[in-house]
Amino acid sequence: MGRFHRHDGDHHHGHAHDHDHDHDHPHDHAHDVGDHSGYGTGTERIEVLERIFSENDHAAAHNREALTAAGVVCINMMSAPGAGKTALLQRTLAHLRDAGRRAGVVEGDIETSLDADRLAGLGAQVALLNTANGFGGECHLDAPMVARALTGLDLDALDVVFIENVGNLVCPAEFDTGAHHRVMVCSVTEGEDKPLKYPVMFRSVDVVIVNKVDLLAHLDLDIDELERNVRAVNPDARIVRTSARTGEGVDEWHALVDGWAPPA
Amino acid sequence: MHELSLCRGIADIVERARDGRRVTVVDVEVGHLRQVVPQTLEYCWGLVCQGTPLEGARLRIDHIPVRLLCRDCGAHTDVAQALVLVCEGCGGARCDVVRGEEFMVTSMDVEGEGSHG
Repeated sequence: MGRFHRHDGDHHHGHAHDHDHDHDHPHDHAHDVGDHSGYGTGTERIEVLERIFSENDHAAAHNREALTAAGVVCINMMSAPGAGKTALLQRTLAHLRDAGRRAGVVEGDIETSLDADRLAGLGAQVALLNTANGFGGECHLDAPMVARALTGLDLDALDVVFIENVGNLVCPAEFDTGAHHRVMVCSVTEGEDKPLKYPVMFRSVDVVIVNKVDLLAHLDLDIDELERNVRAVNPDARIVRTSARTGEGVDEWHALVDGWAPPA
Repeated sequence: MHELSLCRGIADIVERARDGRRVTVVDVEVGHLRQVVPQTLEYCWGLVCQGTPLEGARLRIDHIPVRLLCRDCGAHTDVAQALVLVCEGCGGARCDVVRGEEFMVTSMDVEGEGSHG
């Protein structure tokens, strides 16, 4: 790739030159691309080539190393607002407590401690991470935020940590937090076409939990079509149907969590 | 939605790379799958640069469409508008994204002398 290569939609501009010039001609593409304003007035183009997520990804790798070193499995839970992440986590924390596995939660709530309050009393350590940043709430948890929250947990005394991400189907998909597994909760009240509208989120996860199946009798939703749409964007995802309200299907989800051994 | 924090990330990269020089243009590649709204990115860029040495630097956004490579039949598919990530050749969904996830500062135009000459 040329030093100043840019994706301007014409990847063959070099060939035209080869036809027209038999003599030596410096093919300096820097002068072929972009706008020419400023050239000759001391303007210089310098190459940067730095990924905008590199700082986040670096912090995420650091989180993952710290979690792995402590023998902790970390699971990033994502969903739209109101899909049932907290209700499901209440069941899962109770399951882990009864199974003797020690759990922690990084709770990403924009302004309140409401979700953290719901998770209290289930034997888990909870680190609350309000994401308000002066401009209003952040729309996702990034790796540096999670790093701060992890300092509030005693990782050596834990086996599993859940990151309850901010309810949002766009931004959390973009940010690696350092978790070992990525899970999203999609409720049947959201309609069949959610995977097609938010393919980046659905593609980014290992597991899709289809929650609130107890409501199916009251809905026109075709759950098989919903699952076909999940597979259309993520053929490899494991799909689990649950009702966090009645407990239907949660054993299958818990079996998955139990199978996620501490990282070697 | 997180364009503001992305612009802070861009500003950090530019600030490190500019080496004391004045920046006129910042070239950014944004893949379609990044779900970034270009107008919002430009607007937030202006906010982030305000009152800093980067004020006045223009963000030039190169939007990269999505290209898929089918794991089953090997065909390439260019995805135009809607993000339906399915192979044109065989209709399969087992595709890898080969373009469209870019998000990087590729280059920038600077004026003046850097501290390292």
